Amino acid sequence: MNPAAFYPSATDYLRFLPELILTIGGVLLLVLEALTGDHKDKTKLGYLAVAVVLGAMLAVPVALANPGASFNGMIVSDGFAAFFRMVTLLVGLFTLLCSTSYLSREKANSGEFYLLVLFSLAGQGIMAASNELIMVFLGLEIASISSYVLAGFLRDDKRGSESALKYFLLGSFATAFLLYGISWIYGVTGVTNLTAIRAALAAGTSAPSMVVAAAALMLIGLAFKVSAAPFQAWAPDVYQGAPAPVSGFLSAGPKAAAFAVFLRIFQTSFDSLASRYEPVLWMLALGTMFIGNFSALWQSNVKRMLAYSSIAHAGYVLVAVTTNSNVGTAAAMFYLAAYALMNYGAFAAITHLAGRGETHVTIDDLKGLAEKQPVLAGLLTVCLLSLTGVPLTAGFFGKFYIFKAAIDNHLYWLSALGLLNSAIAAYYYLRVLAAMYMHEPQTTDHPEPVPSGIQLTLWVSAAGILTLGVFPGLVLDYANRFATFVK
Amino acid sequence: MNLLAILLLLPLLGFALALILPAAVTRRFVLGFSLLIFAVSLLLIGTTMQSPAGMTWVTDTAWIDTPAIRFHIGVDGASLWLVILSAFLIPLAAFISHRTIVHRQKEFYAYLLLLEFGLIGVFCSLDLFLYYVFWEVVLVPMYFLIGIWGGERRIYAATKFFVYTMAGSMLMLVAILYIYTKAGTFDLPAILLHMEAGKVAFTQAEELALFLAFFLAFAVKVPIFPLHTWLPDAYAEAPTAATFLMAAVMSKMGTYSLLRFNLNLFPRASHDCAPWIVTLAIIGIVYGALVALVQPNMKRLVAYSSISHLGFVVLGLFSGNQFGLDGAVYQMLCHAISTGALFILIGYLQERQQSLAIADFGGLATPAPQFATVFLIATLASIGLPLLNNFVGEFLILQGAAQANIWWAAFAALGVVLSACYMLWFYQRTFFGESRGATPDLRPSEWLAITPLLVLMLWMGIFTQTWLPGISASNKVLLERPASKIALQVAK
Repeated sequence: MNPAAFYPSATDYLRFLPELILTIGGVLLLVLEALTGDHKDKTKLGYLAVAVVLGAMLAVPVALANPGASFNGMIVSDGFAAFFRMVTLLVGLFTLLCSTSYLSREKANSGEFYLLVLFSLAGQGIMAASNELIMVFLGLEIASISSYVLAGFLRDDKRGSESALKYFLLGSFATAFLLYGISWIYGVTGVTNLTAIRAALAAGTSAPSMVVAAAALMLIGLAFKVSAAPFQAWAPDVYQGAPAPVSGFLSAGPKAAAFAVFLRIFQTSFDSLASRYEPVLWMLALGTMFIGNFSALWQSNVKRMLAYSSIAHAGYVLVAVTTNSNVGTAAAMFYLAAYALMNYGAFAAITHLAGRGETHVTIDDLKGLAEKQPVLAGLLTVCLLSLTGVPLTAGFFGKFYIFKAAIDNHLYWLSALGLLNSAIAAYYYLRVLAAMYMHEPQTTDHPEPVPSGIQLTLWVSAAGILTLGVFPGLVLDYANRFATFVK
Repeated sequence: MNLLAILLLLPLLGFALALILPAAVTRRFVLGFSLLIFAVSLLLIGTTMQSPAGMTWVTDTAWIDTPAIRFHIGVDGASLWLVILSAFLIPLAAFISHRTIVHRQKEFYAYLLLLEFGLIGVFCSLDLFLYYVFWEVVLVPMYFLIGIWGGERRIYAATKFFVYTMAGSMLMLVAILYIYTKAGTFDLPAILLHMEAGKVAFTQAEELALFLAFFLAFAVKVPIFPLHTWLPDAYAEAPTAATFLMAAVMSKMGTYSLLRFNLNLFPRASHDCAPWIVTLAIIGIVYGALVALVQPNMKRLVAYSSISHLGFVVLGLFSGNQFGLDGAVYQMLCHAISTGALFILIGYLQERQQSLAIADFGGLATPAPQFATVFLIATLASIGLPLLNNFVGEFLILQGAAQANIWWAAFAALGVVLSACYMLWFYQRTFFGESRGATPDLRPSEWLAITPLLVLMLWMGIFTQTWLPGISASNKVLLERPASKIALQVAK
């Protein structure tokens, strides 16, 4: 090979611009954090991080305007990548907006938090755009390791530390499965590029049983990351113990990125195995929905309930993955975008309502909220109704498109059972609504004003939910256009 | 812009305004605004009655591109009355609540308008998807109405109501999606045209499965025995205005949808299932009446009587002939008026004694003669006395049922007899016997609320020609379609 072709061109960097901005911004923050005194107010660093994320968001269209593979096919800049970059960046933006006030409240205001978010976002961006198993692994590790630290960011909090440790141990375990699968694939085909793997498998020279085993190992690793049953056990403990804004971040951002990887690998490389893994995914999807929803029914802690609900929502997305079709991919993309809005909205409200030390996180603590803070209750209601899947919200169209894709692909039973699941889910979201609207307030103390960052997050997510609930085409048309992969 | 589209969007606008306006004026605003909506709805009558057989006031524009979902609405001679009914009852519900709803008024009145948006939408949607959206939208305000302003066990009742209805409608969504994969559109008239042209055909098994998926959703809503268990809880716990609306209009969402979707889309399955459904309807008629007989709580009594009366509507629908269908639609309107009146009057009684137990009342006729007279008229209407509204509906239904199968009519007539027993006995225990002290008679504002209903009871009982031609014309179209001619009318 001509060595000159080996060096990245300027376009290569443009295709990688969002992650570059995030990484440089993160490093800059690292330096600034070290230069600021220990007892100074670090909120300004948070604002800087917000600016970096906004910059990265602006860079996404730039990357999209230069479509194609870069760095010798390691990274690919396509509409699919741009979509997931946007979703994860949005979640990151919400996280930062909610964290500044949260960290001051918990007296843990330090710049590391913000740069860890930025690094995690960079990792997620790489996952979304990677066209290479090694890059997938790198992105996943960058995103995960930052997330482990974020989960345990409140060092003195026992639950937080437990959460971080669990997340770290189980997460590494999952990554090991994925890595093992990658090494098998490399052993069998001799390549790690997704398109090359597809070509190698199509050539039919590799032993089918080995390929299936490798795909199964990778499936396990990814199922861990998206918290699909039976690999979901870590999620409730981690989300419950982590700081509330981080729980929201973990349940929406890395999960969306993991689904991006999931969709890309299984539709690009393992397309030929579709008939083999369809029944597996079918059961995975159904089990995830049922376990998530039924476990959520009994929870009195709202964070834990949202954790189980996030498992159930992963189940809905898995229904879309099971269809192994472009329509399904588009539906999954739409759903993950809607989910980012509604789930982070709910976590943002909880972040505020939990109060100092997160002592008020049970459903009973929400009693009478509608009378005390009607606007906050109203915004949270929009998020919860969207999670329930009531029409005229984004969540409804998300479910609708997923189950439409499933029925188009003749998955009738999965659709019927999946939709019945959403009726079960209605029960636990309604419990929260009932507490807010139908009970008298427990205390008469004056409610604390909602910090502006959290307010902004809530308004943006509620507006997004309702807009997508009436005009889903705004996102769906885009998703439909870019739901195909270069094969 | 089309008048029907304006009528549909006005409540949503009103809801948004009610949320923004200061709490002090919400009640007056909603009352005035909903009366305006009612006035607009009356303007629809002229054009629709010129050609009640077809769809009038049609708006058909694209809403969502992929999959093609259209904002397609319109009314014919049957659905027009249900739209007007909704627009008529909402201001009434707002009006009767001024004494009972003292707590968090603003939200209450705002929810009424959101409910109206959903109701009108259900009755005029001609796109399956659009229809489903409205169907679900209705749930949300009603959930809050029951749960916030209801009685002791309001949260239980509200949750049960929501989850039951949602579970029922999920299978309908699957069926709607399946129809889309077959027909390539959600548009009801287009699907019917495709079916007539033979471009879309369902196998017998498919048709049966789809029929049942739709039927289940509607059966929960009506409700049809044995899916009625949410109803007594919801009706008894809800505040008067909500019970009134549930009994009067929301139950009609179920029966109307059976007519519009099940009978239209799946005539063969309707025919095959008719004996079973009619059996359930007759069980509902008799069972509802028997349970009503022994109810110590008056709201529950009328709730069970409602199950019984709605059984008649279902019976009429699945008799599959002109009399049965006309009677069913007519009875939908009549039941709304007479049961609605009863619930309003019971609400007034509850305000007076702070109780719903029949045992706590007695001899009311002495201190409150006007109240007793009005209640008697509503009771007699509910029983089906000639010259009052229910008589016409039930008579037509029984005639239709007899035409289909004489035994159906015979068993159903049992329900008419039983309704006289439980209603008159209820009336006797409440209004006759020893007086329990002073009870205020009907107040002027209460007269104002109940008078339109009394007028309608007489009007619908005597001048049936105001309403029936439009209904008949619309039903005739259904029965004249080739598919229904074979399936619905032949060989019962």
